[in-house]
Amino acid sequence: MELNRAAGEQSRNVNLLSKLRSRRFIGYWMVLPLVVLIIGLVVYPFFYSILLSFQNKAETKFVGLKNYQRLIRYGTFWLVVGNSFRFTLTAVFFKATLGLMLALILNNLPFKGQRIWRGVSLIPWVMPLALSSLGWWWIFEPTHSALDWVLVQLGSTPKPWLSNPFWARIGCIITNIWFGTPFFMIMYLAGLKSIPRSLYEVAEIDGARALQRFRYVTFPMLGKLIAITVMFSTIVTFANFDIVWILTHGGPRYTTHMFGTYAFNIGIETGHLPRGAAIALFMFPVLGISAFFILRNIARGET
Amino acid sequence: MIRSLAQRKKMKVRLSYLALVPFLVFFMFPLYWMLITSFKTDTEITSLKGIPLIIQSKPTLAHYKKIFFEEKLPLWFKNSFIVTGLVTLITMAISISAAYALTRMRFFGSQPLGIGTFLTYLVPPTLLFIPFYKVVGSLGLLNTKWSLLFIYPTATVPFCTWILIGYFSAIPRQLDEAAFVDGASYFQMLTRVFLPVATPGLIAATMFAFTVSWANFLYPLAYIYRHDEQVLTAGIYTSLIKGDVYFWGELMAAALVASVPVVVLFAFLMDYYIAGLTQGTIK
Repeated sequence: MELNRAAGEQSRNVNLLSKLRSRRFIGYWMVLPLVVLIIGLVVYPFFYSILLSFQNKAETKFVGLKNYQRLIRYGTFWLVVGNSFRFTLTAVFFKATLGLMLALILNNLPFKGQRIWRGVSLIPWVMPLALSSLGWWWIFEPTHSALDWVLVQLGSTPKPWLSNPFWARIGCIITNIWFGTPFFMIMYLAGLKSIPRSLYEVAEIDGARALQRFRYVTFPMLGKLIAITVMFSTIVTFANFDIVWILTHGGPRYTTHMFGTYAFNIGIETGHLPRGAAIALFMFPVLGISAFFILRNIARGET
Repeated sequence: MIRSLAQRKKMKVRLSYLALVPFLVFFMFPLYWMLITSFKTDTEITSLKGIPLIIQSKPTLAHYKKIFFEEKLPLWFKNSFIVTGLVTLITMAISISAAYALTRMRFFGSQPLGIGTFLTYLVPPTLLFIPFYKVVGSLGLLNTKWSLLFIYPTATVPFCTWILIGYFSAIPRQLDEAAFVDGASYFQMLTRVFLPVATPGLIAATMFAFTVSWANFLYPLAYIYRHDEQVLTAGIYTSLIKGDVYFWGELMAAALVASVPVVVLFAFLMDYYIAGLTQGTIK
């Protein structure tokens, strides 16, 4: 009797143990850290952020949508909205176009030259953006602007970089284009390599000229990749912080702030965390839509 | 006039090089100007007759000496290396384990988790840095570099896992079966088969984790105020700018020196990184 029960228990233990060691359970153990990270440090903070945005500055009571209402009534907030969209649309457009041009140029080069110049072109993207932004800040410095020096040599006039809203925005956009074009180039170049040679040969036999080959072979073949890269870049550009913070700190007079920098200004600098959280959350729709399109387009949908 | 194919090809290459020049000028000019500035004397930097293309008076190492011996640059370097090194280790441990399970063990929830991981990668730092502030605060890590060990992995783990899933799933299943027949455990299979075969993926993921952690600016700026705890990016920005007087020479020297580790890493291993970056989208 006693012996039997002990044996039963033992076999149950073995069962449990082998179950824990089974394929499924090992799988659970192995993804556990990832799940903890995603839930604890992304999902939870996201919902916490929503909760926070409903509180007053001291975080002592819930004030409903007041933070959002206040923001919507501020002129500054609408400047931020306008800037974020203008900045993103302009910068992404130029990055996508220049990146494509650069990729096509590099693709024409012989193997060795291509490797070297591809590497060199990648430096702006490899260098930490906060550090290269310091360099751009110096380029736009009002009295010693290197860019103004170049402009004057070319017969133009100095520009009020960073002190005038229009030129400050241009300055931020130029810096972003400088940083992001290599990313587009690298994606496109990989895409160009994956287009089968035979397609070009067929087109050539059909008498297609260079421009037509681009229009009817290259462009359609890259279509999906261009869409994905643009969406990726939209997220990163829209959520940009480093460039605006370093170049203009949102100035002159709040005219260059974007969601990220404005959230930092209100949330961290003036200490109104709930309202800062609300500002950041305003980015969510754009990020969500971009993410949706990326996910729909990405080849490896299921793992 | 009919030119030979070879001639036409040569012409095309030459024209391409020509078209490349404006791009290279645009890409290199800021770096060149930073480099030149870092070797100029203060008098020349502030002189209105300064020319961004050349050093007019004798070049100086004064700015470099200053940032290394009078400022806290060496300390920030140390902090950056500690934080980046640990974050990279943590990231790789989590990512390898998760990617292996997600590619080779089908279990309830493995598919949504794969997609969830990818979505997490798309969350930019600016969206959640404010709730992170509270998280870091409640862990009692505000104002220390250790706060970054918790926050940086949110930016590195999802993409590294994604990269590794790509590499792991390209490994033929026959290899697993062969290993199983030979009596290999899951762990042995990971260390003896997967990791060696997917080494390019490991390099790409490690580089990603390293660069992202090294370059982040927002998080240290938001959570760390003590100069001694600061890392390079935010340290240079917050300490070398003193009131309205800008020490351009020191700033440029520091920005360049702080970029060296990442640029060197890329100079040697760029191809792995590019392959890892593009393999997820081009198929």
